[in-house]
Amino acid sequence: MTWVTGWPLYGLTSAVKAKSKQTLAKPNMRNIVVVDGVRTPFLLSGTSYKDLMPHDLARAALSGLLHRTSVPKDVVDYIIFGTVIQEVKTSNVAREAALGAGFSDKTPAHTVTMACISSNQAMTTAVGLIASGQCDVVVAGGVELMSDVPIRHSRKMRKMMLDLSKAKTLGQRLSLVSKFRLNFLSPELPAVAEFSTNETMGHSADRLAAAFAISRLEQDEYALRSHSLAKKAQGEGLLSDVVPFKVPGKDTVTQDNGIRPSSLEQMAKLKPAFIKPYGTVTAANSSFLTDGASAVLILAEEKALAMGYKPKAYLRDFVYVSQDPKDQLLLGPTYATPKVLEKAGLTMNDIDAFEFHEAFSGQILANLKAMDSDWFAQNYMGRKTKVGSPPLEKFNIWGGSLSLGHPFGATGCRLVMATANRLQKEGGQYGLVAACAAGGQGHAMIVEAYPK
Amino acid sequence: MVASRAVGSLSRFTASRMLRCPGYICRSFTRSSALLTRTHINYGVKGDVAVIRINSPNSKVNTLGQEVHSEFIEVMNEVWSSNQIRSAVLISSKPGCFIAGADLNMLTACTTSQEVTQISQEAQRMFEKVEKSTKPIVAAINGSCLGGGLEVGVPAAFDMMLTGRGIRADRAKKMGLVDQLVEPLGPGIKPPEERTIEYLEEVAITFAKGLADKKISPKRDKGLVETFYLTELTSYAMSIPFVRQQIYKKVEEKVRKQTKGLYPAPLKIIDVVKTGIEQGSDAGYLSESQKFGELAMTKESKALMGLYRGQTLCKKNKFGAPQKEVKQLAILGAGLMGAGIAQVSVDKGLQTILKDATLAALGRGQQQVFRGLNDKVKKKALTSFERDTFFSNLTGQLDYQGFEKADMVIEAVFEDLSLKHKVLKEVEAVIPDHCVFASNTSALPINEIAAASKRPEKVIGMHYFSPVDKMQLLEIITTQKTSKDTTASAVEVGLKQGKVIIVVKDGPGFYTTRCLAPMMSEVIRILQEGVGPKKLDSLTTSFGFPVGAATLVDEVGVDVAKHVAENLGNVFGERFAGGSLEVLKQMISKGFLGRKSGKGFYIYQEGVKSKNLNSDIDSILASLKMPSQPDVSSDEDIQYRLVTRFVNEAVLCLQEGVLATPTEGDIGAVFGLGFPPSLGGPFRFVDLYGAQKIVDRLRKYEAAYGKQFTPCQLLVDHASSPNKKFYQ
Repeated sequence: MTWVTGWPLYGLTSAVKAKSKQTLAKPNMRNIVVVDGVRTPFLLSGTSYKDLMPHDLARAALSGLLHRTSVPKDVVDYIIFGTVIQEVKTSNVAREAALGAGFSDKTPAHTVTMACISSNQAMTTAVGLIASGQCDVVVAGGVELMSDVPIRHSRKMRKMMLDLSKAKTLGQRLSLVSKFRLNFLSPELPAVAEFSTNETMGHSADRLAAAFAISRLEQDEYALRSHSLAKKAQGEGLLSDVVPFKVPGKDTVTQDNGIRPSSLEQMAKLKPAFIKPYGTVTAANSSFLTDGASAVLILAEEKALAMGYKPKAYLRDFVYVSQDPKDQLLLGPTYATPKVLEKAGLTMNDIDAFEFHEAFSGQILANLKAMDSDWFAQNYMGRKTKVGSPPLEKFNIWGGSLSLGHPFGATGCRLVMATANRLQKEGGQYGLVAACAAGGQGHAMIVEAYPK
Repeated sequence: MVASRAVGSLSRFTASRMLRCPGYICRSFTRSSALLTRTHINYGVKGDVAVIRINSPNSKVNTLGQEVHSEFIEVMNEVWSSNQIRSAVLISSKPGCFIAGADLNMLTACTTSQEVTQISQEAQRMFEKVEKSTKPIVAAINGSCLGGGLEVGVPAAFDMMLTGRGIRADRAKKMGLVDQLVEPLGPGIKPPEERTIEYLEEVAITFAKGLADKKISPKRDKGLVETFYLTELTSYAMSIPFVRQQIYKKVEEKVRKQTKGLYPAPLKIIDVVKTGIEQGSDAGYLSESQKFGELAMTKESKALMGLYRGQTLCKKNKFGAPQKEVKQLAILGAGLMGAGIAQVSVDKGLQTILKDATLAALGRGQQQVFRGLNDKVKKKALTSFERDTFFSNLTGQLDYQGFEKADMVIEAVFEDLSLKHKVLKEVEAVIPDHCVFASNTSALPINEIAAASKRPEKVIGMHYFSPVDKMQLLEIITTQKTSKDTTASAVEVGLKQGKVIIVVKDGPGFYTTRCLAPMMSEVIRILQEGVGPKKLDSLTTSFGFPVGAATLVDEVGVDVAKHVAENLGNVFGERFAGGSLEVLKQMISKGFLGRKSGKGFYIYQEGVKSKNLNSDIDSILASLKMPSQPDVSSDEDIQYRLVTRFVNEAVLCLQEGVLATPTEGDIGAVFGLGFPPSLGGPFRFVDLYGAQKIVDRLRKYEAAYGKQFTPCQLLVDHASSPNKKFYQ
C-alpha cells in the first residue's frame, strides 16, 4: 500500500510535530478515500436559484462531480444524498437527480435526512457500504433549496379535499363542501421550530450564548472573522470545490454570494432576531438561508488506485452524538470532538485543520467555551477533563457556514472537502470535521490527508 | 393593595419587570455605606445601578415580615439618596422564589385586628415607596412571586385580587403584569439555576440603565386601576361615575354568586378598590389596611391558614425514605380509578403497567390516560411532545409480563373481597420479594385483604379519590402488620404523584369513608322526609360543601353508596342508622346508578349542562316516606344534622386512634370529601364553633332520632372543658 512508503517522506517534509499515530489505517479494514468533491456556488435563497427545484441543484452538483473526476457513470455502485426540507414531488431527490445527470438507471440511489448533518450521514453511509464490502464506488452529496419550500393546506382543508375525492354522489359532495370554513385556507408552513420543544433554533442559540456568557460583541467579532476569512479564501481561489453552474434562463453562477464582510459598527446596529429586545443573536451573526448542493466521490482505496486516481483524503473514524434538544441543542461538536479523538487515538494537538459547522457565532463560541471547560466536561459529559478548545489559527480559516452559507443538506460535504483541500494545501495530516444539528444531534469525523 | 393574597406562581419562566418611574436623579444629603450587612436585604452597586438582593436566611423562600419591611426601606433610602446610583434592580438570591408573600407566622402572631392593620400599613408604605420611586426600579422575578411579593414587583389587577389564581409567566406578560420574560438557561459555564439568576440580573441591569438614560420607556404609565384594562376606551368609561357604579354592582353580584357569602375577603376587596377610586388613594390605602386587619381576625382566615399549614405538613414523608425507590409501578384494573392512578403516575416519570382482563376495558383506560394528558396540551400546560413522552411510560397489557420487575402493585379491581384475594395470590406468584402490594379500596378492611397474603407486611391500603387527577387527597391505610418501610414507600409514591397524604389505621371505612357514611345515611333520611334533591343540594352548598349532597350520591355511584352503607351498617349498627337502605336498593334495581348510568337523582345527558330531576325517583321516595319532625327540620337543622354526624364520627376516629392527628382529619375531610374549606375541617370547626354548641345540637337530634346522634366521649370532653382545643 502506498501509505507505507509515503509516510516517512511526509513526516520529513511536514513542519508539523510528531503525531500520536502515524496513520489511522486499521488492520483488516478497507481504506476509504475521497477522490474529490464539488459544490454549486452557495447562494442566498431567493436569488439566482429561486426558480429551480432541489433536484436541479443536486443534478448540477452531480454533473460537476462527473466533470471534475471523469468517473465513468456505470462504475458508480450507489448514490446517496442528504436533504432536510423535502420537496414532496421528489422525496427521493437522489434518484431524480442521478437520472437527470445521466447516471446509469441501474445505479440505485437513496436520500437520507438528519437535519444539518444530512450529507455527513450520506457520506458515512457510503463509508459503511464500502467498508462492509457491499460497494466500491459511491457518490454522496446533499442539497437544499430554501427559495422554495412546501407550504401545505391546513389539515382540515386537506381532509376535506381528500374526502371530496372519495365522495360518490352530489349530495355527499355538497355536504362536505358545506362544512368548509374560511380558516381552512390558512396555510401550514414547514416548521421553523424544533418539534420536540417548539423553540426555534435561533432562540435556543441565544439562550446558549447567554448560558456561556458570550457577549454580543464577541459574536459579531466572530462573524466578521468568518466573512473576512471567506472573502480572502475566495479572492485567493482557495474555494476550489466550487463549480460554475449555468442556471437555465439566467447567467452562469460562479461563486458564493453571501460573503459580505461588514464593520463591527454596522453589525452593532442590528436588532436581535429572536429574543427581543435584549438577545444577542442577530441576522449578522447567524448563518443565512441558503440554496446549494454538494457531492463527493468516495471509493475503496484499492479501487481508486486501480482506476488511476490520486485521492485527496481518507475518511477515518466518525461518531454521531445526541443530547437534550432543549438546552443543549447546538452543543453536538462539544460532545462529538473528544469522542472521535478518543476513538481514533488522537489528541487535539494532532489535528492540523478544524472545520466546524457555523450555525451561529454564539453556537460556535459556546462550543469552544464548553470544550475548554473542565466543569462542563465533568458535570455534563462524564469526562474527567476538558478536551480543550481548538486553536483559532487552525479553525475554519477559509470561512464557514456564517459567510459561505449553509444549505442544510449540503454543508457536510463542504466541510469534508474544505478539510481535505486545506490539508493538501497546508501540508497537514489530520483534519477534524464537526457539526451540530436540529434534534440535539451532532457529528464528528477525522479526515486524514492522502500522502503526496 | 391587599398584602395577603396568594396570587400567582411564575414557575415556568423567569420574568423581569420594569416599574414605571419618573426617572430623574435625586440629590442626596448623605452617603451611607453599601457594605453594611443586613439580615435579609443587601445591595451592591454595578456602575450606576444598585442591585438589591433579597435573601432571607435559613429559609427556602423569602417572605414579607417586619424585618424585611424595615430593611427594605433602609436600603431604598440609601439608594435614593446616593449620587452614584441612577437606577436599581430588585432581585432574589433564591433560585425559583422572588417573594412568596406575607409571612403567615407574622399574621398568626397578631391577636388583634389593629396589629394586623399596622403591619399592613407598613407594607403599604413600602409598596408606595417603590411605586413612587424617583429612580427607575426593575424587579427581576425568578420563580414564585406571590401576594405581597407581586406587589413589590408589580401593581395588581382587579381580577387577580379577587380569585387569587396562579398565573404563568407568559400569561403575566400578556396581561401586562410583567414587561419582559427571560427564559431559563441550560447548562453553560455554571449550573443552570445559578447562571439563570446571573443572566436575569444582567438583563435587568441593562433595562435599569436604559430606563435611567431614557433609552427605554416603560410602556405603561397609567395608575393602578387603569392598568387592569388598558384600552383608552375603558379608561374613558371608568371616568363616568354611572359606569363605575354599574361595574361595581356587576362585580359584586358575580362575587356573591361564586362565594355564596362564605368568604368575606372578595367583597371587602371590592369595597377597598371602590374607596380608592371614589375617595382617592389615601382613603383607599387606609381602608385597605383596616379591612385587612379585620379579615385576618375572622374565623375563615384562621380556618384557611390552618388548612394551608396542614397541607404543608401532609406533603412530607414522616416515615423517611424507603429502602428501595419505586420506579416500576403496576396497576391492576383499568377502570376509572386504575386509569386515574396511572395518569398521575406516568407524568411524574414512573414506569407504569396498566393491566386489565379484557382488551376493551384496557383500551378505555388507556384512552382515559391519553385524554387527561391531551387536555393539558390543549390548555398549553404540556407540549404534545411531553404528552407523548409521558404516555410512553404507560404499558397496557392483559397478562403479568414485567411484574417480576415491579416495585409496587396497586390493585383497583372491583370491590369484592374474594376477587381481591384472587388477584393478590396471582400477583404474589409473579412479583419480586420487595414489591409492595397496595389496595385501592374505599371500604374493605386491609387486614381482611392481607389475610390471603404470604407477606402481609408488604400489604397496604392506598385509597385514592375520584377523579384521581383532580382530587388531591390520598388516604394511606396501614394494618398492624404493615411494615414501616412499606408505608414509607407508599407515601413516597403518593407524594411523587402530587398527593396530599394522610396515614390512618385500618378499620371498616378507614377514616374518610367512615365519616361520609353516617352523613350519607342522614342524606337518605332527609330525602325520605320529603326534602327534594335540589333543595338538599342548595342547603349543603350554601353551607360550604363544594358539591351538593344528592349530587354527591350520584357522583359516587348509588351502587357504591349502597355497598358501603351495607358493609359499614353491619359493623357499626345503630350509629349508622338513619335513612333506609331500601331507597338505594330500589334505585339500583331500576338502573339509577348515578352519573355513570346517566340517571340517579338527576338525569345526565352528554352535552346537556343543566341538571334535570329524575322524576322516577319520586315514587321510590314516596313509597318509602318517613315522617319529618318539624322541630328538627328547619333549613339550619337539616344542615347541622348532616354536619354534626360527620364531625361526631371524625372525632370518634381520633378517639379510637384511627386518626393520628386532628390535622390529618381536617385535611382528609376537606381535600377528600369536600368538607367546607371555610370551616377548616371538622376539628377546626369544633375549635372555632365551640364543642359545647355541637354537643347541644347532637343531644337535641339524639332526642328526636336516637343513638346515631349520640356525641362521642372525646367531643363531650371538649365540651365540658372549654380550654380543650384540637389546635392549641
